[in-house]
Amino acid sequence: MDNLGRDSAVLRPSSWRGAVLLRSEYPDASPICGGTDLMVDINFARARPSGLLDLTSVQGIDSWELTDGGRTVRIGAGVSFTTIIEKLSGVCPALAQAARTVGSPQIRNRGTVAGNLATASPAGDSHPVLMACWARVEVESVRGPRLIDIDDFFVGPKRSALAPDELIRAVLIPAATGAQQFAKVGPRNAMVIATTSFALNLDVAGRRVGTGIGSAGPTPLRARAAEQMLEEAMADRWDEPGTVDESLARRFGALVAEAASPIDDVRGSAEYRRHALAVLGRRCLTWALADLSREAAA
Amino acid sequence: MTVTDTSTRVATPSTVIDGVGASATRPDGVPKADGSFVYSSDEYHDGSLWGVTLRSPHPRARILGIDTSRAEGLDGVRCVLTHRDVPGSATYGMKIYDQPVLAFDEVRYQGEPVAVVAATHPEIARRACELVAVEYEELVPNTDPERSLTGTVEGLPGGGLARHVRIRHGDVGAARARADVVIEGRWEMGTQDPAFLGPESGLAVPLGDGGVELYVSCQNLHLDQQQVADCLGLPLDKVRLVLSGVGGAFGGKEDLNVHIHACMLALRTGRPVRMVYSREESFFGHVHRHPAIADIELGATRDGRLVFTKVRLVLDGGAYTSTSQVVIANGCYFAAGAYHVVDVEIDGYATYTNNPPCGAMRGFGAVQSCYAIESAMDRLAAELDLHPLELRMRNAIGEGDVLPTGQPVDGPAPVQEILSYLRDLPLPPDSDHFAADMRARPGGVGNVTRGEGIRRGVGYALGMKAIGFSGGMDDTCTARVTVWIRDGEPVAEVYCAGPELGQGVVTLEAQIARTELGVRTVELRDKDTDIAESGASSASRQSWMTAGAVAGACGLVRDEILARAAAVLGRFDGELTLDGPEIRGRDGRPLVSVADVLGPESVSHAFTYRHRPTEPVDDERGQGNAHVAFAYAAHRAVVDVDVELGLVRVVEMATAQDVGKAMNPVAVEGQIEGGTVQGLGLAVMEELQITDGRIRNPSFTDYLIPTMLDVPPMPMKIFEFPHPDAPYGLNGVGEPPNLSSTPAILNALRQATGLELPRAPVRPADLISPTAPGDGGAGLARADQQGDPR
Ligand SMILES: Cc1cc2nc3c(=O)[nH]c(=O)nc-3n(C[C@H](O)[C@H](O)[C@H](O)COP(=O)(O)OP(=O)(O)OC[C@H]3O[C@@H](n4cnc5c(N)ncnc54)[C@H](O)[C@@H]3O)c2cc1C
Repeated sequence: MDNLGRDSAVLRPSSWRGAVLLRSEYPDASPICGGTDLMVDINFARARPSGLLDLTSVQGIDSWELTDGGRTVRIGAGVSFTTIIEKLSGVCPALAQAARTVGSPQIRNRGTVAGNLATASPAGDSHPVLMACWARVEVESVRGPRLIDIDDFFVGPKRSALAPDELIRAVLIPAATGAQQFAKVGPRNAMVIATTSFALNLDVAGRRVGTGIGSAGPTPLRARAAEQMLEEAMADRWDEPGTVDESLARRFGALVAEAASPIDDVRGSAEYRRHALAVLGRRCLTWALADLSREAAA
Repeated sequence: MTVTDTSTRVATPSTVIDGVGASATRPDGVPKADGSFVYSSDEYHDGSLWGVTLRSPHPRARILGIDTSRAEGLDGVRCVLTHRDVPGSATYGMKIYDQPVLAFDEVRYQGEPVAVVAATHPEIARRACELVAVEYEELVPNTDPERSLTGTVEGLPGGGLARHVRIRHGDVGAARARADVVIEGRWEMGTQDPAFLGPESGLAVPLGDGGVELYVSCQNLHLDQQQVADCLGLPLDKVRLVLSGVGGAFGGKEDLNVHIHACMLALRTGRPVRMVYSREESFFGHVHRHPAIADIELGATRDGRLVFTKVRLVLDGGAYTSTSQVVIANGCYFAAGAYHVVDVEIDGYATYTNNPPCGAMRGFGAVQSCYAIESAMDRLAAELDLHPLELRMRNAIGEGDVLPTGQPVDGPAPVQEILSYLRDLPLPPDSDHFAADMRARPGGVGNVTRGEGIRRGVGYALGMKAIGFSGGMDDTCTARVTVWIRDGEPVAEVYCAGPELGQGVVTLEAQIARTELGVRTVELRDKDTDIAESGASSASRQSWMTAGAVAGACGLVRDEILARAAAVLGRFDGELTLDGPEIRGRDGRPLVSVADVLGPESVSHAFTYRHRPTEPVDDERGQGNAHVAFAYAAHRAVVDVDVELGLVRVVEMATAQDVGKAMNPVAVEGQIEGGTVQGLGLAVMEELQITDGRIRNPSFTDYLIPTMLDVPPMPMKIFEFPHPDAPYGLNGVGEPPNLSSTPAILNALRQATGLELPRAPVRPADLISPTAPGDGGAGLARADQQGDPR
């Protein structure tokens, strides 16, 4: 008998194909990557899976690569937050910044973006960045592979578009072409679940603005009105952003706050979350524009 | 035997390594670091069963029936016990037996134990708990302490009032007329959890004679033994407790947790039973720090002399008494702070509600009152336009001053020295928030500011508390010391039941034996109930009491060795001194070795130490010489606050404390740092959020305690003014740093934001300044602009 209290299987496929097959054969076995969400649930008796489908031995699962002529980063489901911080802060600066805020060194050594996604907590720190970067989630089942747009991925608190027989294989993220920011508010200076968070992506090549809001709604959210407003304001200054316009930053922050639909809970009030998002929106834009101007000048 | 002055007979310090005053390393240090230390949750016995507790989901409900049959039918379940199975007293408690071993008529708080299960696997036991059918009739919980203190709430013991403490000194009415300035205010404090990392756990082993042996983490083996025996209906000699590895306690392990349940299950099944609370369960399985409401009125003259102090303090004790009546008394004793003021009126109320039970926690009521009075002192300083440190120095208590309880302060009271250190210590430099590592900014790794919205604040607070048990308790500690010869060298064994919680009393036991006997090798025997009691590791008393007992026992052993040597040598033993392996004459020449004197025999003595007697205070005016000793500490907090987001970075916590004698300087520093950090947590993040009697954040995900990145540098000054009544002149160390840390930070935050901040801990939303500039950091306010106290 194992520590789940009964005879339960630990399945350890070494190939991706094997993992996909086992997923459909043993639908009650929980996939596990870092285990930093799943093991907590098991320890608190919130989850009692009949078995574990351990993905960590799947060949290639913990690697990442640049594809699409260097325009996209493909991050395998087993890539840890630590690897993202160490290797990907150039191509995915906001994701690396978000990864830096996750848990403690131990958690970052184990935890993965795929696990973060599958848990689909509104407070998952990678989510706002994935929203802001228009990421796509590469999933597969015995029925075949598919790509899910990040905007379609989250369907409710801790609920995602992942089908019961599907596994996440990788996440596809366009490489940064401009300036990106991620900021997270919590009452402790490290290892804290976000009270709220915000990600901003100024995509100079695509002439697009991406945003993502965390912990201020049933799912991660996109601040569409803020994106549109800023795209219009940026239309003629993508290549020469000039000095930061304080009133623009304020309007942007206000629109970010408006896009949120937060609740009161133990981590903070709805009112505080909205307020904080307005501040984060304003500050992130200010920093991102300053970074762009610095680059333009260089 | 001749009587001699013991001091002439102590080994010369030069020959003692790692004796009293040295930073000797902990005997349990390496095992704790490398993982080999056995905590109570690691205790294992072949064939042991697992015990799990079923707890009430309701803060208040009548129990209409309990059906255990389905649970008992589950494969692997060995027994399911309810209140019907409690063999002895149905209730237990530290001061009064009012807490049910297993609930029988009503559940009075969320998480109250209702049934216990033993099974072959913890998961089976958990599932069996889910199969126990308890029929509840939910009742409306009483959760408002202000209602309870009227003593008229139906359904609560005493109508809700556990104790009203009155202290009257001088005449506040008359003094009011002399006050040029009067300030008043209300300060509140939320519920702090001890949040020890080692959960409640233990192993009960049934013995052939109908008795039971319990390996458990706790703070007072003998008080626990008494309660366990009473509830099991067994004589004391059939219940043996052994201290297992304690992973922190802070007061939260003074009350029983797994004890009786594990023993009941073991005795019923005839098998050893392990119990380990999960992290979530732990939040329901121990007492918390009392939440507080304090109303304070202070009167002063224009030149900043306190004229009167009036305090009303309400501490909510929750569903059962635990130590509430004593906590409220201690809160009241020090509610006027470490200040000299003659006209004082203090009313303290401990209440019952259907909130989670509260009891002992580091500081024991004085944390709440220190926070309140130190907040009030800053308000008074502002009203008088005086620097807060200056106001404190003008009123600081000194030797000979009389406390509100009528007791003169004897023993050193170096409050001026403590405050002067903080006054003279240079402030840390302003942070360059644009250049600095984000970890040095409010919000830390969250990357929320590059200097925008940051303001700096500096705050001070001073605290005072009694050391040891107050109020007439005859409080003893016994130690046995045995010396024998191994490989030609004397070896000492120290045996004392004083629990090691992490504070380092085991290190001291060995240090004292080395100093007193000059031995190199000291062995520490397991702590259990086979020796007489040591009292609790609480009230900052264990070093003092254990030092008295161990030094006393060493003295008896030394006397006997010297007497034996004298007989061998044909001399007066008064001429001889013991110096490690040698016995020397008046001229220091070695005369005979201890090995030759003892041969194969051992010398063993027990000694029972008592502190000086105290007396209870009277009910009407709260007067009496209630305290053994006093200790003082103060903090200067420097904070950076992001006033737009309400996030805080504590930049520095400077502190000074008088410890009498630093028995082990590194251990003393550790206690001061730990106490300071626990106070920091209470200032800015640690709160058990309770709504309608329900705990909303019973996990380390949402009950936040400081991480390394929240802990600032802590410059400190350790004063050593020898305490005349104490062994080696030492004073208690563990609690004082916990008192002034919280209010120093609150005062710094108030200074930074200009907000009143009437409640601790502050939450980010509380700190958002309506006038926040959002000016990109240009408004970084320098703190010390209210006039220098020098
Ligand atoms: C102390 C601590 C601190 C934390 N701090 C943070 C924080 O600051 N921010 C934050 O966002 N999170 C935090 N977390 C949560 C957790 O670390 C993250 O959500 C992490 O991303 C989970 O990844 P994992 O690989 O460990 O997931 P796992 O625990 O292995 O899995 C999580 C869930 O995803 C499923 N799953 C895993 N991999 C796949 C896959 N390839 N395909 C399909 N389903 C899969 C599992 O079945 C499970 O349901 C913290 C956790 C702990 C214990």
